[in-house]
Amino acid sequence: MPRISVKVDGVTYDDDVEPRLLLVHYLRDWLGKVGTPIGCDTTNCGACTVLMDGSSVKSCSVLAVQADGSEVTTIEGLAADGQMHPMQKSFHEEHALQCGYCTPGMILAATDLLRDNPNPSDDEIRDGLEGNLCRCTGYQNIVRAVRRAAAEMTESAAATDPKEARV
Amino acid sequence: MIPAQFEYTAPTTVDEAVSALAQGGEEAKVLAGGQSLMPLLRLRLAYPELLVDLNRVAELRGVRDEGDSLVIGAMTTHHTVVRDPLVNQHCALIALATATVADPAVRHRGTFGGSLAHADPAGDLPAVTVALDAEMIATGPNGQRTIPAGEFFADYLTSTLQPGEILVGVRVPKLAGWGFHYEKFNRVAQAWAVVGVAAAVRRANGNIAEARVGLTNMGATPVRARAVESAVQGTQAAPAALHEAASQAAEGTHPPSDLHGQADYRRHLAQVLTGRALAAAARV
Amino acid sequence: MTEQAQATPGAAKEIGARRARKEDARLITGQTRWTDSIQVPGLLQMAVLRSPMAHARITRIDVSPALDRPGVLAAFSGRDFADEQGSLPCAWPVTEDMAQPPNPPLAVDEVRYAGDAVAVVVARDRYSAADALEAIEIDYEPLPPVLDLEEALADGAPLVHSDLGTNKCYDFHMPAGDYQAARDRAQAEGGIVMKRRYLQQRLQPSAMEPRAVVVEPIAAAGEFTLYSATQIPHILRLLLAMTTGVPEHKIRVVAPDVGGGFGSKLNLYAEESIALLVARRLGRPVKWTESRSENYQATIHGRGQIQDIEVAATREGRLLGLKVSLVADMGAYLQLITPGVPLLGAFMYPGIYKMDAYDFSCTGVFTTKTPTDAYRGAGRPEATYAIERAMDDLAQELGIDPIELRRQNWIRHEEFPFDTIAGLTYDSGNYEAATDEALRLFGYEELRREQAERRDRGDPVQLGIGISIYTEMCGIAPSRVLGSLSFGGGGWEYASVRMLPTGKVEVVTGASPHGQGHDTTFSQIVADALGVPFDDVELIHGDTKSSHKGLDTYGSRSLAVGGIAITQACGRVIEKARKVAAHLLEAADTDIEFSGGTFRVRGAPESAKTIQEVVLATHLAHDMPEGVEPSLDADATFDPENFSFPHGSHLVAAEVDTQTGFTKIRSYVAVDDCGRVINPLVVEGQVVGGIAQGLAQALYEEATYDADGNLTSGTLADYLVPAAPDVPEITMARTETPATTNPLGVKGIGEAGTIGSTPAVVNAIVDALRHLGVDDVDMPCTPERVWRAIQESSAASA
Repeated sequence: MPRISVKVDGVTYDDDVEPRLLLVHYLRDWLGKVGTPIGCDTTNCGACTVLMDGSSVKSCSVLAVQADGSEVTTIEGLAADGQMHPMQKSFHEEHALQCGYCTPGMILAATDLLRDNPNPSDDEIRDGLEGNLCRCTGYQNIVRAVRRAAAEMTESAAATDPKEARV
Repeated sequence: MIPAQFEYTAPTTVDEAVSALAQGGEEAKVLAGGQSLMPLLRLRLAYPELLVDLNRVAELRGVRDEGDSLVIGAMTTHHTVVRDPLVNQHCALIALATATVADPAVRHRGTFGGSLAHADPAGDLPAVTVALDAEMIATGPNGQRTIPAGEFFADYLTSTLQPGEILVGVRVPKLAGWGFHYEKFNRVAQAWAVVGVAAAVRRANGNIAEARVGLTNMGATPVRARAVESAVQGTQAAPAALHEAASQAAEGTHPPSDLHGQADYRRHLAQVLTGRALAAAARV
Repeated sequence: MTEQAQATPGAAKEIGARRARKEDARLITGQTRWTDSIQVPGLLQMAVLRSPMAHARITRIDVSPALDRPGVLAAFSGRDFADEQGSLPCAWPVTEDMAQPPNPPLAVDEVRYAGDAVAVVVARDRYSAADALEAIEIDYEPLPPVLDLEEALADGAPLVHSDLGTNKCYDFHMPAGDYQAARDRAQAEGGIVMKRRYLQQRLQPSAMEPRAVVVEPIAAAGEFTLYSATQIPHILRLLLAMTTGVPEHKIRVVAPDVGGGFGSKLNLYAEESIALLVARRLGRPVKWTESRSENYQATIHGRGQIQDIEVAATREGRLLGLKVSLVADMGAYLQLITPGVPLLGAFMYPGIYKMDAYDFSCTGVFTTKTPTDAYRGAGRPEATYAIERAMDDLAQELGIDPIELRRQNWIRHEEFPFDTIAGLTYDSGNYEAATDEALRLFGYEELRREQAERRDRGDPVQLGIGISIYTEMCGIAPSRVLGSLSFGGGGWEYASVRMLPTGKVEVVTGASPHGQGHDTTFSQIVADALGVPFDDVELIHGDTKSSHKGLDTYGSRSLAVGGIAITQACGRVIEKARKVAAHLLEAADTDIEFSGGTFRVRGAPESAKTIQEVVLATHLAHDMPEGVEPSLDADATFDPENFSFPHGSHLVAAEVDTQTGFTKIRSYVAVDDCGRVINPLVVEGQVVGGIAQGLAQALYEEATYDADGNLTSGTLADYLVPAAPDVPEITMARTETPATTNPLGVKGIGEAGTIGSTPAVVNAIVDALRHLGVDDVDMPCTPERVWRAIQESSAASA
């Protein structure tokens, strides 16, 4: 069995895994990172979205062996220094979640969207989240939350050295 | 859903990949971005014994300028292609169409070559390569060869890559002074194209000097709408003339009838969308 | 505290506030407890083998080869549990002679839909379990599938359940008034009798969390804890006890975080039952987690009806009578309320309108498809769709503006309470106010002008205006009404309010949230009722051990029933605390006023005790008044006298591309009235989410089967759940007409958006195309269907 070394939410794990082990099952069943849920078999729903080396990926469609040497951020590692990420806060403030099952993937996809486009229009937000399905909210408050987080992050980036701004 | 067991190897060079594939024989399969393959494995619709993962083959990534053409490495992700300055400057149709493939997370993993080698006629990129007269560069145990895009797609989910061959890159001619458009028609944002039209148009003196049209999901393979191309050549670059020429878009096509559209509807759509694609590409 | 605040006891500070939800903290950080995330010592993984055929006899089944696979501990077929698995229950025998065939959790001799469970394996982990399924040997002898509802009723049709001798499950008939007379009158007076057939496609509910169950047995004691992604932990415990023979007090059911339900987790499912039986037999904990593909086959579907509608009206447009004949798809078996779903609609076909006569009938039909059951709105979306489509069609037939036709017939606000022809009493409503506001926000006249212009110039993109003015019955209760409908359960709800010594409050509710935000809205109610800070209130729910009774969450009932139980329990706490405060303040009970969390002696405001002081006093119990027991808490159950009847006016402007058939929603205005609003943020979330689901029925979603009975919409790649770009921005507003049947004046809002939106969208599409001769498009209104409707009309007129 291949040996992998993966840094997940700041902690490095070394494990021997079956090649077929999906990254999402590695996170959930091996590492206990159960904040990342699974919603489909076909890469459609996006519930399992995590950041792999900074980019959003659907962890049900990546093998754990493929993550060898990578850095993975899940919803559980998004808050830094005990401070919630602005995207997490704005999802709360704008009531952008109901059952919360799509929320980890949605939040991570949204942070990735802002990394690419720090000031998206509503249409760009909707397009940027097309890979993440939500059955509860009708998306309206999710769009608002991303808009709000974008504004807050742009503001705080302007207030600090832009090179150090977190996106 | 959970994939069945398989062996796995992740070579770091093309040579290693070719020999790994050769050793695996018929039951070996190449893993590129995996965004189509992983669902097939999870649904247990595919049972490869060996996956040869190309993700660590650095030489397969990136876009190279070769003078009159670009070579897009097979493992260049959609995300990279969409933003690549060379692609946007010389073959913008590819960037436009790639931006419509799936969603951002899938585009981070999915690759240009993987989409083509998968040979799904509902995929957006095969029709684009056919329209652009791209060439597929394949490497196998017997060395490298070049396959014109028009000869690459053999059937539904079947390319003319030989067993043991790997698609390593795609050569795309630079098109200076052309206008482009990819018109994708789908029922929801995530869905595959019911029909898609890739159009490239060169205008001269208010007329269409030359046009190339590729059709997505209008048959078992991507289709070149040659009748439209000849009809449109020399016509006025005006919506009426372009839509008139587009009425030949379905000629010679054999579109599928499935959940997302019956064949006659697809034929109709091909005409409407081709008119729109030509008009958008011609900026009229 | 000001004089004014004292003068207005119970002043609402929290009720009506846009409180962000307290349940979000764990959901946005991933500190969640979904059923699949639960680990217990010694946990095994169960996987289910499902029939690949719609209908077949099992001629041979051998699970033993699975036992040879690595990591496998056990494998069972239906035959292994035939004597103990019982039949999954249906709680709603809608007629005395309803056919109720056995519904074995694991098929024994025959499979009746593709996805019917036939065997299970139990292994050390999910990968081994998945592999071992492939080793099970099973031979099927194919039987003919039964797919079409009307063909299923024809003589000589193949039978889903051969023992029954028919595919008919029941005939239900509910006449009110003399429909024939109404019809005759319409004809005699030169009015109209309009017939229409509308189709309700099958839908796959698609809660984002697939189902999952974990059973943890203490085998030696015969005790079981069952964690399930369910909406109904309390009902589930009762049903498990009734079907497995495990005594009710030996079963604990926990609904941990549940990722959406929409009715689809309102059942005792085969896998819950089997997991318990397997855990009992092995004496080991067992987990089963559904994949999305399984979810689409084995979790109930919704809708699935043919609706034949006949409307009799005068030439001027006054409704005289309505006749509704349904054929409803039960699927292969009856799940918990399968046969009753159409009946939840039976009372709502008259909608907001007055009429002289109504005749409802429904025939339930078995097919070799996934069982149907409650899906968001359950019966009421179907009813609203039919009546609101019919009103637009009637307006067209009579040449009356569709808004005016509705105004002419709806119940005017001064007519409430109003006894409807279907036998309900609508307590309150104001359709005029909601509709006027919707028209104002929508810009109705301007859009009508643009529509005319586009028609005149033959624009390839036509504009349609869709209207839906709905009401619905929700807050599913009252128990006596449910009893009169032969429903095998009650509809009350339970609450307990427990004051802790430090003045914090624990509130137990029998409602079981799965996204609705109960913790927040219920905390707001309690904060106002007790005068305590919002953050001092903690909700306890979803665990039969800590929330020992209740009737769970469905039918938009949690606030209108459960919220009232909480209010009543708070009232009882205050009454007891008042006695203690009076004692401590050396005053008479009757002289004690309570406001803003403080008890005061009337006329001596400096003489006061806060509720926290009183609680502590009851806890210490050093100085209690005569006959008052220590500690401070109270229970209440509430069984309302009536349903609640929210209503709303939805207006849609749709642009239909006549060349491709593609529909784009340009604007959507929803003015809803759910009575008094506890939390506008939560209400708006329910409305817009509900609209998205109803709109998805109109435009995108359909469960499809091939000729062999295979589900062809079996993954999210083929079942088109809309993503963010596919759903428009909704303009929302509210009117507030309080319910008169509960002390908070609240009405349910969980299903309203779904109920209102579907006809509004389809009406808009048809309205865009009427001048082309189109008068109907079947749902989902795919571009292809719209295009074909246009082609067929132009061919017909040519």
